[in-house]
Amino acid sequence: MATIYIPTFFRQITKGNEYILVEGSNVLESLESLSYLYPEIRDLIFDSNKQVLRHVNIYINNHEIHELEGLDTLVNTGDQIAVIPALAGGAMTLSTEKNANQSALKPEEVMRYSRHIIMPQVGPQGQRKLRDAKVLVVGAGGLGGPVALYLALAGVGTIGITEFDVVDLSNLQRQILHQTRDIDKPKLKSAKETLGLYNPHVEIIEHPMPLTSDNAMDIIPNYDIVVNGADNFATRYLVNDACYLAGKTLVDGAILLFDGQLTVYKPGYCCYRCLYPDPPPPGMVPSCAEAGVLGAITGIIGSMQATEVFKQILNIGEPMVNRLLLVDALTMQFREMKLRRDPSCPLCGDNPTVKELIDYDAFCGSPPIEVPA
Amino acid sequence: MTIKVQVTSVIQKVVNGQSEFEAEGSVISELIENIEIDYPGFLQQIADESGELHRFVNIYVNDEDIRFIDGKDTVLNSGDVVAFLPALAGGL
Ligand SMILES: [Zn+2]
Repeated sequence: MATIYIPTFFRQITKGNEYILVEGSNVLESLESLSYLYPEIRDLIFDSNKQVLRHVNIYINNHEIHELEGLDTLVNTGDQIAVIPALAGGAMTLSTEKNANQSALKPEEVMRYSRHIIMPQVGPQGQRKLRDAKVLVVGAGGLGGPVALYLALAGVGTIGITEFDVVDLSNLQRQILHQTRDIDKPKLKSAKETLGLYNPHVEIIEHPMPLTSDNAMDIIPNYDIVVNGADNFATRYLVNDACYLAGKTLVDGAILLFDGQLTVYKPGYCCYRCLYPDPPPPGMVPSCAEAGVLGAITGIIGSMQATEVFKQILNIGEPMVNRLLLVDALTMQFREMKLRRDPSCPLCGDNPTVKELIDYDAFCGSPPIEVPA
Repeated sequence: MTIKVQVTSVIQKVVNGQSEFEAEGSVISELIENIEIDYPGFLQQIADESGELHRFVNIYVNDEDIRFIDGKDTVLNSGDVVAFLPALAGGL
């Protein structure tokens, strides 16, 4: 008579039981006994040749049975057997399982993310939520860099990046995903390489094109959260409208000179058009290229955007919804303004007139984005 | 009524590089007129030729957007902080 420990994700089969008492003189008989009690578990442990599946480890009193005598290892009364599938992904064949990612964290992941996991606001469940999350980062430049970096370090499982530019020498004063050797390389390639070196477990989805009215609704709905690192008004209105129409939360940030801004737009609250009904005429508000930008402010705002994404995924804390944070790096003053949904907003107001994506270059009076050949 | 005025970097170029200064006014429209007298060119940053406020510039009294109070007629009290914030698009 031994006890078999059932890991959480098999307990649907064992009706929630964590420990099952079984008969058997060796490991094989004990597992057969378990399969007799709960027939569905058999295919999760054994293949068709009655061999233990290669991703499943069987332990007896904390020793893996391959170190002992495999399935023939003798079992004595009071012994504890554990059935532990080692890997995520294809290993999880539970028909009742919604997706493969419910599986436990691997030991390497537990160590890597331990400073997050030990916090009660995160825990193993939170870390799995991060792993299951899909976040789109618009741009792999000043803001997109620190955003993507901190999301990758945190183990956000899928990070999409839209970027079509190539690395220029003048980017290297602030764009942390790119290095001197990356000059003339597509930023997307450079970003993917850098992020892969930091955390090889994260999947980086490349969208090597500018976000446009034609492709935005093919891309954005595939993600849970969108982070704005765009550098022009046309893209900002486009991302705002597409996120609202797709029902996605948009973590917005903007920078210029020594200034930074941060807010979170959530459908049903307020949007970028509530804040700024019309764009400035071209040339009225300069770009970073024209006026300059403090390199470190990209890190300040980008890190805060990553923090808001983290909070959204874990559903913790007070999000920056209906709040606009203004950062002045020269005085190092942080101020916060209230934002409200504007009932007359053409997108999210009571009588919306914008019901699909429009021509944003025409709306902003800006020339279309030029994609380098 | 002396009001503390704050502006972000885009507007700072027309107010001698200051991020904060004082101006007089009992309502927003009067405050703007007085700032324009002290710093000619200020009005052009926040309004069009007809004096209509730009829709990409927001004005806050303390932390409230004046569009949700009384617009240019919003009454100011001593100790109020008025911020002029144009939209920023930078991200690169
Ligand atoms: Zn709106």
